[in-house]
Amino acid sequence: MKQNIKYRIGKSKFFKFMVILLAILCTVPLFVILIYILKEGITKINWHFLVNLPKPVGETGGGIANALVGSLLIVFFAALIAIPIGIMGGIYLSENRKSWLANWTRLAVDVLQGTPSIVVGIVIYFWIVKPLSTFSALSGSVALAIMMLPIVVRSTEETLKLLPDSLKEAGLALGLPYQRVILRILLPCGFSGVISGAILAVARIAGETAPLLFTAFGNPYFSTNILKPMQSLPLLIFNYATSPYDDWHNLAWGAALILLIWVLLLNIITKITTRRWKVQF
Amino acid sequence: MESTILKAIDFDAYFGENHAVKKVNIEIPKNNVVAVMGPSGCGKTTFLRCINRMHELIEGATTKGKMLLNNEDIYEMHPIFVRHKIGMVFQRPNPFPNLSIYDNAIAGYKLNGMKIAKADRDVIVEQSLQKAALWNEVKDSLHKKGTFLSGGQQQRLCIARAIAMEPEVLLLDEPTSALDPISTSSIEVLLQELKKNYTLIVVTHNMQQAARVSDKTAFFYLGELIEYDDTKNMFTNPQDKRTQNYITGRFS
Amino acid sequence: MEKFFKTALILIALSILILVISFLLTLIVQSMPSIKALGFGFLTGKTWDPVANVYGTYPFLLGTLLTSFLALLISIPFSFAIAIFLGEYYPRGWFSEFLKNSIELIAAVPSVIYGFWGLFVLVPLVRTLELKLGVTPYGIGIFTSSLILAIMIIPYAASLGREMIRMVPSSLKEAAYSLGATRYEVIRAVILPYAKSGLLAGVLLSLGRALGETMAVTMVIGNTSLIPKSIFDPGNTMASVIANEFTEAASTLYLSSLIELGLVLFLVTVIINLIGKRIIKRFTTD
Repeated sequence: MKQNIKYRIGKSKFFKFMVILLAILCTVPLFVILIYILKEGITKINWHFLVNLPKPVGETGGGIANALVGSLLIVFFAALIAIPIGIMGGIYLSENRKSWLANWTRLAVDVLQGTPSIVVGIVIYFWIVKPLSTFSALSGSVALAIMMLPIVVRSTEETLKLLPDSLKEAGLALGLPYQRVILRILLPCGFSGVISGAILAVARIAGETAPLLFTAFGNPYFSTNILKPMQSLPLLIFNYATSPYDDWHNLAWGAALILLIWVLLLNIITKITTRRWKVQF
Repeated sequence: MESTILKAIDFDAYFGENHAVKKVNIEIPKNNVVAVMGPSGCGKTTFLRCINRMHELIEGATTKGKMLLNNEDIYEMHPIFVRHKIGMVFQRPNPFPNLSIYDNAIAGYKLNGMKIAKADRDVIVEQSLQKAALWNEVKDSLHKKGTFLSGGQQQRLCIARAIAMEPEVLLLDEPTSALDPISTSSIEVLLQELKKNYTLIVVTHNMQQAARVSDKTAFFYLGELIEYDDTKNMFTNPQDKRTQNYITGRFS
Repeated sequence: MEKFFKTALILIALSILILVISFLLTLIVQSMPSIKALGFGFLTGKTWDPVANVYGTYPFLLGTLLTSFLALLISIPFSFAIAIFLGEYYPRGWFSEFLKNSIELIAAVPSVIYGFWGLFVLVPLVRTLELKLGVTPYGIGIFTSSLILAIMIIPYAASLGREMIRMVPSSLKEAAYSLGATRYEVIRAVILPYAKSGLLAGVLLSLGRALGETMAVTMVIGNTSLIPKSIFDPGNTMASVIANEFTEAASTLYLSSLIELGLVLFLVTVIINLIGKRIIKRFTTD
């Protein structure tokens, strides 16, 4: 019996060891990738890099200015579209738990969340690119906005659901009209949750490439016209990394580092907003 | 002269800095039902959980002193051994929801990886369910999951599961506080049967239960063992003023 | 004013619903030409040759299945290890925070960056491995894609699994400990069975993610329409062939076939995600 217990305890210790080992091993590829991108990218970034346009093949130098500006514009418009609609959608869902429309809308949001990004690109191609007969930053923004929508709706709904009913009742009891109770009382109280959901959504789509492949399409020149094709960081990385030219590979490494930093910053900001602005009950 | 099966010597228990059980000395005689009572927070449950070394599973929890089972210090043995010899029944019935009644009764063996022949297994299951006064009610649904059982029946299943391991001592932590009055009295009757083969230590916050059920009673207050005597004496002629106050309901 | 606001809310919810329905309709309508022309042969046809106007997608279905399931196989032990680590052994503490944040970071890195790194670092490594094994040293291919995918999908099963493991009631764990079980036995016999459906939901979510992943796979899978004979061969997944060929699709049938592929991908991924979500919902309201 004593033998058996020793064996079982040994097995328990071994299991714990394996679990810890595997868990730690998971972090290895992450850090390998982060360090590699840092190493390759840091040497490529300088003022020229940020401010110039990509040069034609064969010429050295060149930068990613068009992609930087393009990414900012596309993401900005995507957020402009998705955040208000998403918040309103989230408000509706949190206020109407059982209605027919709410249940089906929730299902629709779930479907949207599971939709592969490339399929979103396909659909927007037919909705916007074809009718306008041109690739455009606008179509790219719409595609990204659709991907942001489920995240914003979800986090707004969850945040508002957590607020105590008494808050809403207090507002109504003061004689405030419905929209004031929602917009001036509930939403501000849930501000941190709603905002962090919005920033999380932006972080999620900032690095997306697939939806832009047939919408924004990319552009070797500088452009701020949202009705024309536009370059963005992820698109540039994809195109240049898969090209056979070393110069373009270099640009891609620099761009990759910048994209990585941007996405990481957004994620950190999300974490800070959740903690800092949380209203305690 | 009854033999002592369990003995605590200058026993202390801590939650980090919090001194929850203070220098307890107690001797538990064999085949008795010993009730441990006292107001909330007096350390009775903590003390109970030290006896089968469950207390130390909590982060930062420590103990000092000796706890002897048949004159061997259980803190020198491996906890698994201790828990084979000292079983526990909890306040809320907690049968394993994914196992059938049969498998719940034999769960101790399964979990410990003890291999036994099917015939022996059937015997153990039937005997422990009999001893827990549950056999007749479940013998035709042994392979169903235990979720359809009432609270009282579930608790008896947990008792069966614990005694299937053939422990010497059975610890019961407020075993009837989550049950209705009828189930409660059936369990109390069961305890009287069980003491023939086991020694039982029952923590209870219900004084009347302590008076009904136990041979000896220990009264804890603010972590200390204040008084320990035959139940009859304790309730008719308490020695300590605090015991007297508790029994007469001055505080609860 | 109140009426206006309330109506606006309803309209927005309605428009979200209509959006998704239109999504599905667009995909179906645009796939009609190839659905009509090719029927079931679309899914079973083994040859994809746009020049000859032959559109059989079996190679891509196979590619998707192979990469996704191989990725699942590789990532599950790691996802579960993290779930058990964070849910049972170290639910608090600086080490746990560090690991939790690392896992979230894995999910945050854009897929094009995984693809980029994979192309320049993993592919040469796989090439050396293939040389050692005596197979054609493509470097790119199904195996490499599965490796990258495996890394990318770890967080999904891991975080859901962790939540489920944390929800196991401590009274059940105590019952098992009191019977003399070791920690491993408590995990194996009590925690894992209890969290079983939640763990399954996590696996489904990881699978859904793997199926829909485009960029990283596109960059390392080799982009060939031939049926892969081994996992070291190049291939294509449904998503990668769409990404690679959509803008070159000249004829209606070609384009429509790619869209039908998108429709299939959409349906499969969405259904798997919905099943996973349904399981979670049932578990959290039980």
